[in-house]
Amino acid sequence: MAPPVLEIDSLTMRFGGLTAIDRLSFKVERGAIHGLIGPNGAGKTTTFNVVSGFYEPTGGAVRLRGETISGLRMYEVARRGVVRTFQHSTLFAELSVLENALVGTHMSFPPNIFAAMAGVDKANRRAARARAEEALDFFGLSGLADELAGELPHGHQRALGMAVALAARPDVVLLDEPFTGMNPEETGRMMELMVKLRNTGVTILLVEHDMHAIMGLCDRITCMSFGRLLAEGNPQEIRHHPDVIEAYLGGARHVA
Amino acid sequence: MHSSVTSLAAILGLGAVLLALPHALSFSQQEILVFLTINVLVVASYRLLTLTGEWSLGHVVIMGVGAYASALLSKRLGVYVPVSMLLGAVTAAMVALALSFPLFRMKGFYFLIGSFAAGEIIRLLWKRFRDPFGGPKGIKKIDPMPDFDIGIYAFDFFEPVSYYYLALAVVGVSLWIMWRIERSPVGLTFHAVHWQDRLAEASGVNVRAYRTLAFVLASGFAGLSGALLAHYIGTINPNSFDVEQMVFVLTWTIVGGTATFYGPILGCVVLTILNEIVLREAGFEQMRPLIYGLILILSVLFMPKGLESLVRGALSWQNARKKKVGETQATE
Repeated sequence: MAPPVLEIDSLTMRFGGLTAIDRLSFKVERGAIHGLIGPNGAGKTTTFNVVSGFYEPTGGAVRLRGETISGLRMYEVARRGVVRTFQHSTLFAELSVLENALVGTHMSFPPNIFAAMAGVDKANRRAARARAEEALDFFGLSGLADELAGELPHGHQRALGMAVALAARPDVVLLDEPFTGMNPEETGRMMELMVKLRNTGVTILLVEHDMHAIMGLCDRITCMSFGRLLAEGNPQEIRHHPDVIEAYLGGARHVA
Repeated sequence: MHSSVTSLAAILGLGAVLLALPHALSFSQQEILVFLTINVLVVASYRLLTLTGEWSLGHVVIMGVGAYASALLSKRLGVYVPVSMLLGAVTAAMVALALSFPLFRMKGFYFLIGSFAAGEIIRLLWKRFRDPFGGPKGIKKIDPMPDFDIGIYAFDFFEPVSYYYLALAVVGVSLWIMWRIERSPVGLTFHAVHWQDRLAEASGVNVRAYRTLAFVLASGFAGLSGALLAHYIGTINPNSFDVEQMVFVLTWTIVGGTATFYGPILGCVVLTILNEIVLREAGFEQMRPLIYGLILILSVLFMPKGLESLVRGALSWQNARKKKVGETQATE
Protein backbone atom coordinates (compact mmCIF):
# COMPACT_ATOMS: atom_id res chain seq x y z
CA MET A 1 0.00 0.00 0.00
CA ALA A 2 1.23 3.47 -0.85
CA PRO A 3 2.27 5.56 2.16
CA PRO A 4 -0.27 8.15 3.30
CA VAL A 5 0.23 11.57 1.76
CA LEU A 6 -0.66 13.29 5.01
CA GLU A 7 -0.16 11.83 8.45
CA ILE A 8 -1.39 13.48 11.63
CA ASP A 9 0.50 11.88 14.50
CA SER A 10 -0.72 12.33 18.12
CA LEU A 11 -1.22 16.03 17.45
CA THR A 12 -1.87 18.21 20.50
CA MET A 13 -2.75 21.89 20.59
CA ARG A 14 -3.29 23.76 23.85
CA PHE A 15 -4.32 27.37 24.30
CA GLY A 16 -3.51 28.13 27.93
CA GLY A 17 -5.59 25.67 29.92
CA LEU A 18 -7.78 24.67 26.98
CA THR A 19 -6.81 21.59 25.04
CA ALA A 20 -8.28 22.13 21.60
CA ILE A 21 -6.71 19.04 20.06
CA ASP A 22 -5.80 16.06 22.20
CA ARG A 23 -3.43 13.44 20.74
CA LEU A 24 -5.26 13.27 17.45
CA SER A 25 -3.97 10.78 14.89
CA PHE A 26 -5.23 9.92 11.44
CA LYS A 27 -3.92 9.38 7.95
CA VAL A 28 -5.05 10.75 4.62
CA GLU A 29 -4.46 8.46 1.64
CA ARG A 30 -3.26 9.82 -1.66
CA GLY A 31 -6.08 10.71 -4.04
CA ALA A 32 -8.78 10.40 -1.39
CA ILE A 33 -11.55 12.77 -0.41
CA HIS A 34 -11.21 12.70 3.33
CA GLY A 35 -13.80 14.32 5.58
CA LEU A 36 -13.18 15.75 9.02
CA ILE A 37 -16.41 16.06 10.99
CA GLY A 38 -17.52 16.60 14.54
CA PRO A 39 -19.85 18.73 16.63
CA ASN A 40 -19.16 22.45 17.05
CA GLY A 41 -16.00 23.09 19.03
CA ALA A 42 -14.56 19.66 18.33
CA GLY A 43 -11.32 21.21 17.07
CA LYS A 44 -11.71 20.69 13.32
CA THR A 45 -10.72 24.19 12.25
CA THR A 46 -7.90 24.22 14.80
CA THR A 47 -6.63 21.01 13.21
CA PHE A 48 -6.72 22.75 9.83
CA ASN A 49 -4.86 25.71 11.25
CA VAL A 50 -2.13 23.46 12.60
CA VAL A 51 -1.82 21.39 9.41
CA SER A 52 -1.63 24.51 7.25
CA GLY A 53 1.00 26.10 9.47
CA PHE A 54 -1.11 28.88 10.94
CA TYR A 55 -0.47 27.50 14.44
CA GLU A 56 2.52 25.65 15.73
CA PRO A 57 1.32 22.54 17.59
CA THR A 58 2.03 22.03 21.30
CA GLY A 59 2.87 18.40 20.66
CA GLY A 60 2.88 15.70 18.01
CA ALA A 61 3.60 16.13 14.34
CA VAL A 62 2.09 16.54 10.89
CA ARG A 63 3.94 14.70 8.17
CA LEU A 64 3.63 15.22 4.44
CA ARG A 65 4.96 12.21 2.50
CA GLY A 66 7.02 11.36 5.59
CA GLU A 67 8.48 14.86 6.02
CA THR A 68 7.52 16.75 9.18
CA ILE A 69 5.78 20.00 8.23
CA SER A 70 4.31 21.03 11.57
CA GLY A 71 5.97 24.18 12.90
CA LEU A 72 6.71 25.52 9.42
CA ARG A 73 5.25 28.87 8.41
CA MET A 74 2.07 28.85 6.36
CA TYR A 75 3.80 29.85 3.10
CA GLU A 76 6.43 27.15 3.63
CA VAL A 77 3.71 24.54 4.05
CA ALA A 78 2.03 25.87 0.91
CA ARG A 79 5.29 25.59 -1.03
CA ARG A 80 5.43 21.90 -0.12
CA GLY A 81 2.09 21.39 -1.83
CA VAL A 82 -0.53 21.80 0.90
CA VAL A 83 -2.88 24.68 0.10
CA ARG A 84 -5.91 25.65 2.13
CA THR A 85 -9.08 27.68 1.74
CA PHE A 86 -10.73 29.61 4.52
CA GLN A 87 -14.13 29.66 6.16
CA HIS A 88 -16.48 32.33 4.88
CA SER A 89 -15.50 34.08 1.69
CA THR A 90 -11.90 35.02 2.34
CA LEU A 91 -10.81 36.56 -0.94
CA PHE A 92 -9.01 39.61 -2.24
CA ALA A 93 -12.32 41.45 -2.47
CA GLU A 94 -10.85 44.60 -4.03
CA LEU A 95 -9.05 42.71 -6.79
CA SER A 96 -10.62 41.27 -9.93
CA VAL A 97 -11.51 37.59 -10.20
CA LEU A 98 -8.60 36.98 -12.57
CA GLU A 99 -6.18 38.79 -10.25
CA ASN A 100 -7.33 36.60 -7.38
CA ALA A 101 -6.47 33.51 -9.37
CA LEU A 102 -3.16 35.08 -10.43
CA VAL A 103 -2.14 35.38 -6.77
CA GLY A 104 -2.72 31.64 -6.60
CA THR A 105 -0.06 31.11 -9.27
CA HIS A 106 2.52 32.85 -7.09
CA MET A 107 4.43 29.68 -6.21
CA SER A 108 4.62 28.27 -9.72
CA PHE A 109 5.63 31.59 -11.26
CA PRO A 110 7.45 33.55 -8.56
CA PRO A 111 7.61 37.23 -9.50
CA ASN A 112 11.05 38.70 -10.08
CA ILE A 113 11.31 42.41 -9.54
CA PHE A 114 14.34 42.95 -11.77
CA ALA A 115 12.81 40.99 -14.64
CA ALA A 116 9.60 42.98 -14.14
CA MET A 117 11.41 46.33 -14.35
CA ALA A 118 13.37 45.26 -17.41
CA GLY A 119 10.22 43.84 -18.97
CA VAL A 120 11.78 40.43 -19.65
CA ASP A 121 9.19 38.37 -17.73
CA LYS A 122 6.54 38.32 -20.46
CA ALA A 123 6.64 34.54 -20.95
CA ASN A 124 6.29 34.02 -17.22
CA ARG A 125 3.35 36.41 -17.03
CA ARG A 126 1.62 34.73 -19.96
CA ALA A 127 2.07 31.29 -18.41
CA ALA A 128 0.74 32.52 -15.06
CA ARG A 129 -2.26 34.03 -16.79
CA ALA A 130 -2.95 30.82 -18.69
CA ARG A 131 -2.79 28.86 -15.43
CA ALA A 132 -5.12 31.32 -13.69
CA GLU A 133 -7.62 31.20 -16.55
CA GLU A 134 -7.51 27.42 -16.50
CA ALA A 135 -8.34 27.40 -12.79
CA LEU A 136 -11.22 29.85 -13.33
CA ASP A 137 -12.48 27.73 -16.20
CA PHE A 138 -12.46 24.61 -14.01
CA PHE A 139 -14.86 26.28 -11.59
CA GLY A 140 -16.94 27.89 -14.33
CA LEU A 141 -15.83 31.45 -13.55
CA SER A 142 -14.28 32.36 -16.91
CA GLY A 143 -17.05 34.78 -17.81
CA LEU A 144 -16.53 36.72 -14.59
CA ALA A 145 -12.76 37.26 -14.89
CA ASP A 146 -12.98 41.06 -14.87
CA GLU A 147 -15.53 41.39 -12.06
CA LEU A 148 -14.42 42.50 -8.62
CA ALA A 149 -14.22 39.45 -6.36
CA GLY A 150 -16.08 41.24 -3.56
CA GLU A 151 -19.09 41.83 -5.82
CA LEU A 152 -19.65 38.19 -6.78
CA PRO A 153 -22.60 36.24 -5.40
CA HIS A 154 -21.78 34.00 -2.46
CA GLY A 155 -21.64 30.71 -4.34
CA HIS A 156 -19.23 32.12 -6.89
CA GLN A 157 -17.07 33.53 -4.12
CA ARG A 158 -16.70 30.07 -2.60
CA ALA A 159 -15.82 28.68 -6.01
CA LEU A 160 -13.27 31.43 -6.52
CA GLY A 161 -11.65 30.59 -3.18
CA MET A 162 -11.14 27.08 -4.51
CA ALA A 163 -9.93 28.37 -7.88
CA VAL A 164 -7.22 30.38 -6.09
CA ALA A 165 -6.14 27.20 -4.32
CA LEU A 166 -6.27 25.16 -7.53
CA ALA A 167 -4.17 27.72 -9.42
CA ALA A 168 -1.35 26.79 -7.06
CA ARG A 169 -1.45 23.18 -8.37
CA PRO A 170 -1.50 21.66 -4.90
CA ASP A 171 -1.01 18.00 -3.98
CA VAL A 172 -3.34 18.37 -1.03
CA VAL A 173 -6.11 20.93 -0.58
CA LEU A 174 -7.66 21.68 2.78
CA LEU A 175 -11.19 22.97 2.33
CA ASP A 176 -12.70 24.65 5.38
CA GLU A 177 -16.51 24.38 5.20
CA PRO A 178 -16.81 24.80 1.44
CA PHE A 179 -20.58 24.27 1.40
CA THR A 180 -21.58 26.81 4.05
CA GLY A 181 -24.38 29.06 2.90
CA MET A 182 -24.96 27.21 -0.37
CA ASN A 183 -28.37 26.05 -1.52
CA PRO A 184 -28.79 22.34 -2.38
CA GLU A 185 -28.37 23.02 -6.07
CA GLU A 186 -25.08 24.87 -5.58
CA THR A 187 -23.91 22.19 -3.16
CA GLY A 188 -24.62 19.52 -5.76
CA ARG A 189 -22.64 21.38 -8.40
CA MET A 190 -19.75 21.94 -5.98
CA MET A 191 -19.70 18.22 -5.10
CA GLU A 192 -19.33 17.34 -8.78
CA LEU A 193 -16.43 19.79 -9.08
CA MET A 194 -14.71 18.22 -6.09
CA VAL A 195 -14.94 14.75 -7.57
CA LYS A 196 -13.56 16.19 -10.80
CA LEU A 197 -10.74 17.82 -8.84
CA ARG A 198 -9.93 14.57 -7.06
CA ASN A 199 -9.85 12.77 -10.40
CA THR A 200 -7.03 15.10 -11.51
CA GLY A 201 -4.94 13.58 -8.72
CA VAL A 202 -5.47 16.11 -5.93
CA THR A 203 -5.99 14.81 -2.41
CA ILE A 204 -8.79 16.63 -0.59
CA LEU A 205 -9.24 17.03 3.15
CA LEU A 206 -12.40 18.88 4.06
CA VAL A 207 -14.15 20.09 7.16
CA GLU A 208 -17.90 20.30 6.69
CA HIS A 209 -21.17 20.34 8.57
CA ASP A 210 -23.39 19.40 5.65
CA MET A 211 -23.82 15.67 6.35
CA HIS A 212 -25.50 15.00 3.04
CA ALA A 213 -22.47 16.38 1.20
CA ILE A 214 -19.97 14.64 3.46
CA MET A 215 -21.62 11.25 3.20
CA GLY A 216 -22.04 11.52 -0.54
CA LEU A 217 -18.54 12.73 -1.24
CA CYS A 218 -16.01 11.23 1.14
CA ASP A 219 -14.06 8.03 0.73
CA ARG A 220 -13.11 8.17 4.36
CA ILE A 221 -14.28 10.16 7.34
CA THR A 222 -12.60 11.08 10.62
CA CYS A 223 -14.95 12.18 13.38
CA MET A 224 -13.66 14.32 16.24
CA SER A 225 -15.23 15.29 19.53
CA PHE A 226 -13.70 17.55 22.18
CA GLY A 227 -10.36 17.51 20.39
CA ARG A 228 -10.10 13.72 20.29
CA LEU A 229 -10.51 11.11 17.64
CA LEU A 230 -13.96 9.61 18.04
CA ALA A 231 -14.28 7.31 15.07
CA GLU A 232 -12.88 6.70 11.66
CA GLY A 233 -14.19 4.79 8.69
CA ASN A 234 -16.08 4.98 5.45
CA PRO A 235 -19.39 6.87 5.33
CA GLN A 236 -21.44 3.72 6.06
CA GLU A 237 -19.42 2.89 9.16
CA ILE A 238 -19.52 6.47 10.43
CA ARG A 239 -23.25 6.78 9.87
CA HIS A 240 -23.94 3.79 12.07
CA HIS A 241 -21.17 4.28 14.60
CA PRO A 242 -22.78 4.52 18.07
CA ASP A 243 -20.21 7.02 19.41
CA VAL A 244 -20.78 9.35 16.46
CA ILE A 245 -24.54 9.20 16.89
CA GLU A 246 -24.13 9.93 20.59
CA ALA A 247 -21.78 12.85 19.97
CA TYR A 248 -24.22 14.42 17.53
CA LEU A 249 -27.49 13.61 19.25
CA GLY A 250 -26.32 13.45 22.85
CA GLY A 251 -27.06 10.19 24.66
CA ALA A 252 -28.90 8.68 21.72
CA ARG A 253 -27.61 5.28 22.72
CA HIS A 254 -29.67 5.27 25.90
CA VAL A 255 -32.76 6.53 24.19
CA ALA A 256 -32.57 3.80 21.58
CA MET B 1 -4.07 50.61 -30.65
CA HIS B 2 -5.98 53.87 -30.73
CA SER B 3 -5.85 54.27 -26.94
CA SER B 4 -2.08 53.70 -26.83
CA VAL B 5 -1.62 56.46 -29.40
CA THR B 6 -3.76 58.83 -27.35
CA SER B 7 -1.92 57.99 -24.13
CA LEU B 8 1.44 58.50 -25.87
CA ALA B 9 0.22 61.87 -27.12
CA ALA B 10 -0.96 62.72 -23.59
CA ILE B 11 2.44 61.83 -22.13
CA LEU B 12 4.29 63.89 -24.77
CA GLY B 13 1.94 66.80 -24.19
CA LEU B 14 2.43 66.61 -20.43
CA GLY B 15 6.20 66.47 -20.96
CA ALA B 16 6.11 69.58 -23.13
CA VAL B 17 4.04 71.45 -20.56
CA LEU B 18 6.39 70.43 -17.75
CA LEU B 19 9.42 71.56 -19.75
CA ALA B 20 7.87 74.92 -20.63
CA LEU B 21 6.32 75.50 -17.20
CA PRO B 22 9.22 77.20 -15.32
CA HIS B 23 9.51 79.89 -17.98
CA ALA B 24 6.00 81.07 -17.15
CA LEU B 25 6.78 81.45 -13.45
CA SER B 26 8.51 84.00 -11.24
CA PHE B 27 11.86 83.19 -9.63
CA SER B 28 10.35 82.34 -6.26
CA GLN B 29 7.68 80.22 -7.92
CA GLN B 30 10.44 78.38 -9.77
CA GLU B 31 11.98 77.51 -6.42
CA ILE B 32 8.65 76.21 -5.19
CA LEU B 33 8.41 74.17 -8.37
CA VAL B 34 11.70 72.42 -7.56
CA PHE B 35 10.47 71.54 -4.07
CA LEU B 36 7.18 70.37 -5.53
CA THR B 37 8.96 68.08 -7.99
CA ILE B 38 11.00 66.55 -5.17
CA ASN B 39 7.90 66.17 -3.01
CA VAL B 40 6.13 64.32 -5.82
CA LEU B 41 8.79 61.64 -5.51
CA VAL B 42 8.32 61.59 -1.72
CA VAL B 43 4.57 61.00 -1.90
CA ALA B 44 4.82 58.53 -4.79
CA SER B 45 7.37 56.49 -2.82
CA TYR B 46 5.14 56.77 0.25
CA ARG B 47 2.30 55.22 -1.72
CA LEU B 48 4.58 52.33 -2.74
CA LEU B 49 5.04 51.67 0.97
CA THR B 50 1.30 51.83 1.67
CA LEU B 51 0.60 49.28 -1.09
CA THR B 52 1.21 46.45 1.38
CA GLY B 53 -1.15 48.13 3.84
CA GLU B 54 1.38 49.55 6.29
CA TRP B 55 1.54 53.29 6.97
CA SER B 56 4.81 54.62 8.31
CA LEU B 57 5.52 57.82 10.24
CA GLY B 58 9.22 57.54 9.57
CA HIS B 59 9.22 58.11 5.84
CA VAL B 60 10.49 61.68 5.96
CA VAL B 61 13.30 60.66 8.32
CA ILE B 62 14.29 57.94 5.84
CA MET B 63 14.31 60.67 3.21
CA GLY B 64 16.66 62.53 5.56
CA VAL B 65 18.92 59.49 5.75
CA GLY B 66 19.38 59.79 1.99
CA ALA B 67 20.04 63.52 2.33
CA TYR B 68 22.61 63.13 5.12
CA ALA B 69 24.34 60.21 3.43
CA SER B 70 24.65 61.98 0.10
CA ALA B 71 25.77 65.25 1.74
CA LEU B 72 28.42 63.55 3.87
CA LEU B 73 29.71 61.33 1.08
CA SER B 74 30.22 64.28 -1.24
CA LYS B 75 31.56 66.65 1.42
CA ARG B 76 33.82 64.33 3.41
CA LEU B 77 34.89 61.76 0.88
CA GLY B 78 34.67 63.87 -2.23
CA VAL B 79 32.32 61.49 -4.00
CA TYR B 80 31.04 62.90 -7.31
CA VAL B 81 27.60 64.36 -6.51
CA PRO B 82 25.40 62.33 -8.89
CA VAL B 83 27.05 59.17 -7.55
CA SER B 84 26.63 60.28 -3.93
CA MET B 85 22.93 60.86 -4.60
CA LEU B 86 22.52 57.27 -5.76
CA LEU B 87 24.57 56.07 -2.78
CA GLY B 88 22.30 58.16 -0.56
CA ALA B 89 19.32 56.27 -1.95
CA VAL B 90 21.09 52.96 -1.35
CA THR B 91 21.94 53.99 2.22
CA ALA B 92 18.30 54.86 2.93
CA ALA B 93 17.25 51.48 1.55
CA MET B 94 19.83 49.69 3.72
CA VAL B 95 18.74 51.56 6.84
CA ALA B 96 15.15 50.58 6.03
CA LEU B 97 16.23 46.96 5.65
CA ALA B 98 17.84 47.04 9.09
CA LEU B 99 14.76 48.73 10.60
CA SER B 100 12.45 46.18 9.00
CA PHE B 101 13.60 43.47 11.42
CA PRO B 102 12.17 45.10 14.53
CA LEU B 103 9.39 47.02 12.75
CA PHE B 104 7.78 44.15 10.84
CA ARG B 105 7.19 42.26 14.03
CA MET B 106 4.30 44.75 14.22
CA LYS B 107 1.31 45.50 12.05
CA GLY B 108 -1.16 48.33 11.57
CA PHE B 109 -1.31 50.88 14.37
CA TYR B 110 1.67 49.37 16.20
CA PHE B 111 3.78 49.60 13.06
CA LEU B 112 2.77 53.24 12.74
CA ILE B 113 3.95 54.06 16.26
CA GLY B 114 7.03 51.87 15.91
CA SER B 115 8.06 53.64 12.71
CA PHE B 116 7.61 57.00 14.42
CA ALA B 117 9.85 55.92 17.30
CA ALA B 118 12.48 54.55 14.92
CA GLY B 119 12.46 57.83 13.00
CA GLU B 120 12.87 59.88 16.17
CA ILE B 121 15.82 57.72 17.23
CA ILE B 122 17.55 58.45 13.93
CA ARG B 123 16.83 62.16 14.31
CA LEU B 124 18.23 62.15 17.84
CA LEU B 125 21.38 60.46 16.59
CA TRP B 126 21.82 63.29 14.08
CA LYS B 127 21.37 65.83 16.89
CA ARG B 128 23.56 64.05 19.38
CA PHE B 129 26.60 63.33 17.21
CA ARG B 130 28.20 66.52 15.93
CA ASP B 131 30.75 64.39 14.21
CA PRO B 132 29.84 63.49 11.50
CA PHE B 133 26.22 64.72 11.48
CA GLY B 134 26.85 68.30 12.64
CA GLY B 135 24.52 68.18 15.64
CA PRO B 136 21.40 70.35 15.78
CA LYS B 137 22.86 72.75 13.22
CA GLY B 138 23.19 70.00 10.69
CA ILE B 139 25.37 70.12 7.60
CA LYS B 140 26.09 73.32 5.77
CA LYS B 141 27.66 74.16 2.44
CA ILE B 142 26.74 70.87 0.87
CA ASP B 143 28.44 70.51 -2.51
CA PRO B 144 26.12 71.63 -5.28
CA MET B 145 25.44 69.52 -8.31
CA PRO B 146 28.32 70.17 -10.75
CA ASP B 147 27.28 72.09 -13.84
CA PHE B 148 27.35 70.28 -17.11
CA ASP B 149 26.39 70.75 -20.71
CA ILE B 150 24.41 68.28 -22.78
CA GLY B 151 24.76 70.20 -26.04
CA ILE B 152 21.17 71.42 -26.37
CA TYR B 153 21.05 72.76 -22.83
CA ALA B 154 23.75 73.98 -20.41
CA PHE B 155 22.90 73.13 -16.79
CA ASP B 156 23.77 75.92 -14.38
CA PHE B 157 22.72 74.73 -10.97
CA PHE B 158 22.54 78.14 -9.38
CA GLU B 159 19.43 78.55 -11.51
CA PRO B 160 16.31 76.87 -10.14
CA VAL B 161 15.23 76.11 -13.71
CA SER B 162 18.27 73.93 -14.28
CA TYR B 163 17.79 72.10 -11.03
CA TYR B 164 14.13 71.68 -11.88
CA TYR B 165 15.06 69.93 -15.13
CA LEU B 166 17.45 67.65 -13.27
CA ALA B 167 14.84 66.85 -10.62
CA LEU B 168 12.21 66.34 -13.32
CA ALA B 169 14.41 63.77 -15.08
CA VAL B 170 15.29 61.92 -11.86
CA VAL B 171 11.71 61.95 -10.58
CA GLY B 172 10.35 60.97 -13.98
CA VAL B 173 12.58 57.91 -14.22
CA SER B 174 11.79 56.97 -10.60
CA LEU B 175 8.05 57.23 -11.19
CA TRP B 176 8.37 55.13 -14.31
CA ILE B 177 10.20 52.40 -12.35
CA MET B 178 7.59 52.48 -9.57
CA TRP B 179 4.81 52.30 -12.13
CA ARG B 180 6.39 49.24 -13.73
CA ILE B 181 6.77 47.56 -10.37
CA GLU B 182 3.16 48.19 -9.46
CA ARG B 183 1.88 46.88 -12.79
CA SER B 184 3.99 43.70 -12.49
CA PRO B 185 3.23 40.48 -10.61
CA VAL B 186 5.29 41.95 -7.77
CA GLY B 187 2.77 44.79 -7.50
CA LEU B 188 -0.12 42.33 -7.56
CA THR B 189 1.49 40.48 -4.68
CA PHE B 190 1.80 43.77 -2.75
CA HIS B 191 -1.94 44.30 -3.20
CA ALA B 192 -2.64 40.71 -2.16
CA VAL B 193 -0.61 41.17 1.03
CA HIS B 194 -2.56 44.34 1.73
CA TRP B 195 -6.09 43.00 1.30
CA GLN B 196 -5.77 39.48 2.75
CA ASP B 197 -2.40 38.61 4.19
CA ARG B 198 -3.60 35.20 5.41
CA LEU B 199 -4.89 34.12 2.01
CA ALA B 200 -1.75 35.47 0.38
CA GLU B 201 0.37 33.42 2.75
CA ALA B 202 -1.74 30.32 2.09
CA SER B 203 -0.95 30.88 -1.61
CA GLY B 204 2.74 30.62 -0.80
CA VAL B 205 3.55 34.31 -0.49
CA ASN B 206 6.23 35.15 2.05
CA VAL B 207 4.25 38.06 3.47
CA ARG B 208 7.04 39.40 5.64
CA ALA B 209 9.50 39.41 2.74
CA TYR B 210 7.08 41.32 0.52
CA ARG B 211 6.34 43.89 3.23
CA THR B 212 10.09 44.34 3.63
CA LEU B 213 10.59 44.63 -0.13
CA ALA B 214 7.99 47.40 -0.41
CA PHE B 215 9.49 49.20 2.60
CA VAL B 216 13.05 48.99 1.25
CA LEU B 217 12.10 50.11 -2.27
CA ALA B 218 9.99 52.99 -1.00
CA SER B 219 12.80 54.04 1.32
CA GLY B 220 15.33 53.96 -1.49
CA PHE B 221 13.23 56.37 -3.55
CA ALA B 222 12.62 58.53 -0.48
CA GLY B 223 16.39 58.62 0.09
CA LEU B 224 16.88 59.72 -3.50
CA SER B 225 14.41 62.56 -3.03
CA GLY B 226 16.24 63.56 0.16
CA ALA B 227 19.54 63.66 -1.73
CA LEU B 228 17.95 65.83 -4.43
CA LEU B 229 16.76 68.19 -1.72
CA ALA B 230 20.11 68.34 0.11
CA HIS B 231 22.13 69.30 -2.93
CA TYR B 232 19.59 71.93 -3.86
CA ILE B 233 19.18 73.81 -0.58
CA GLY B 234 22.78 73.22 0.52
CA THR B 235 21.94 73.04 4.23
CA ILE B 236 20.16 70.27 6.10
CA ASN B 237 19.51 69.80 9.79
CA PRO B 238 17.49 67.34 11.88
CA ASN B 239 14.47 69.64 11.85
CA SER B 240 14.30 69.58 8.07
CA PHE B 241 12.92 66.06 8.46
CA ASP B 242 10.72 66.35 11.54
CA VAL B 243 7.19 65.17 12.09
CA GLU B 244 5.73 68.40 10.72
CA GLN B 245 7.10 67.46 7.28
CA MET B 246 5.69 64.00 7.78
CA VAL B 247 2.25 65.47 8.43
CA PHE B 248 2.49 67.28 5.09
CA VAL B 249 3.29 64.00 3.33
CA LEU B 250 0.37 62.33 5.10
CA THR B 251 -2.11 65.06 4.17
CA TRP B 252 -1.01 65.09 0.52
CA THR B 253 -1.45 61.33 0.43
CA ILE B 254 -4.80 61.28 2.22
CA VAL B 255 -6.31 64.23 0.34
CA GLY B 256 -5.10 62.77 -2.97
CA GLY B 257 -6.19 59.21 -2.18
CA THR B 258 -4.13 56.02 -2.36
CA ALA B 259 -6.25 53.84 -4.64
CA THR B 260 -4.45 55.01 -7.77
CA PHE B 261 -0.85 55.70 -8.68
CA TYR B 262 -1.58 59.36 -9.42
CA GLY B 263 -3.72 60.04 -6.31
CA PRO B 264 -0.98 61.15 -3.89
CA ILE B 265 0.82 63.06 -6.66
CA LEU B 266 -2.41 64.90 -7.40
CA GLY B 267 -2.82 65.68 -3.68
CA CYS B 268 0.73 67.00 -3.46
CA VAL B 269 0.45 69.19 -6.55
CA VAL B 270 -3.00 70.61 -5.82
CA LEU B 271 -2.33 71.37 -2.16
CA THR B 272 1.06 72.91 -2.88
CA ILE B 273 -0.37 75.17 -5.57
CA LEU B 274 -3.22 76.09 -3.25
CA ASN B 275 -0.99 76.76 -0.27
CA GLU B 276 2.03 78.38 -1.87
CA ILE B 277 0.54 80.21 -4.81
CA VAL B 278 -3.18 80.84 -4.55
CA LEU B 279 -3.34 81.71 -0.85
CA ARG B 280 -0.05 83.59 -0.93
CA GLU B 281 -1.06 85.64 -3.96
CA ALA B 282 -4.48 86.31 -2.50
CA GLY B 283 -2.75 88.01 0.41
CA PHE B 284 -3.76 85.61 3.17
CA GLU B 285 -0.24 85.49 4.61
CA GLN B 286 -1.34 85.26 8.29
CA MET B 287 -4.45 83.22 7.66
CA ARG B 288 -2.78 80.67 5.39
CA PRO B 289 -2.48 77.77 7.88
CA LEU B 290 -6.07 78.35 9.00
CA ILE B 291 -7.51 78.24 5.48
CA TYR B 292 -5.25 75.34 4.55
CA GLY B 293 -6.51 73.41 7.58
CA LEU B 294 -10.10 74.22 6.73
CA ILE B 295 -9.66 72.94 3.18
CA LEU B 296 -8.18 69.72 4.55
CA ILE B 297 -11.11 69.14 6.90
CA LEU B 298 -13.66 69.89 4.20
CA SER B 299 -11.96 67.66 1.65
CA VAL B 300 -11.82 64.72 4.07
CA LEU B 301 -15.48 65.27 5.01
CA PHE B 302 -16.84 65.64 1.49
CA MET B 303 -14.25 63.70 -0.50
CA PRO B 304 -13.35 60.72 1.68
CA LYS B 305 -11.96 58.85 -1.32
CA GLY B 306 -9.64 61.68 -2.22
CA LEU B 307 -9.09 63.92 -5.21
CA GLU B 308 -8.53 60.86 -7.37
CA SER B 309 -12.22 59.98 -6.97
CA LEU B 310 -13.09 63.18 -8.84
CA VAL B 311 -10.81 62.18 -11.72
CA ARG B 312 -12.21 58.67 -11.79
CA GLY B 313 -15.75 60.01 -11.73
CA ALA B 314 -15.02 62.38 -14.60
CA LEU B 315 -13.41 59.59 -16.64
CA SER B 316 -16.29 57.16 -16.17
CA TRP B 317 -18.81 59.92 -16.92
CA GLN B 318 -16.96 60.68 -20.15
CA ASN B 319 -16.85 56.99 -21.08
CA ALA B 320 -20.56 56.62 -20.41
CA ARG B 321 -21.28 59.67 -22.55
CA LYS B 322 -19.10 58.37 -25.38
CA LYS B 323 -20.98 55.07 -25.24
CA LYS B 324 -24.31 56.89 -25.28
CA VAL B 325 -23.28 59.03 -28.25
CA GLY B 326 -22.17 55.85 -30.04
CA GLU B 327 -25.51 54.19 -29.33
CA THR B 328 -27.61 57.11 -30.55
CA GLN B 329 -25.50 57.32 -33.69
CA ALA B 330 -26.03 53.62 -34.21
CA THR B 331 -29.81 53.94 -33.86
CA GLU B 332 -29.86 56.90 -36.20
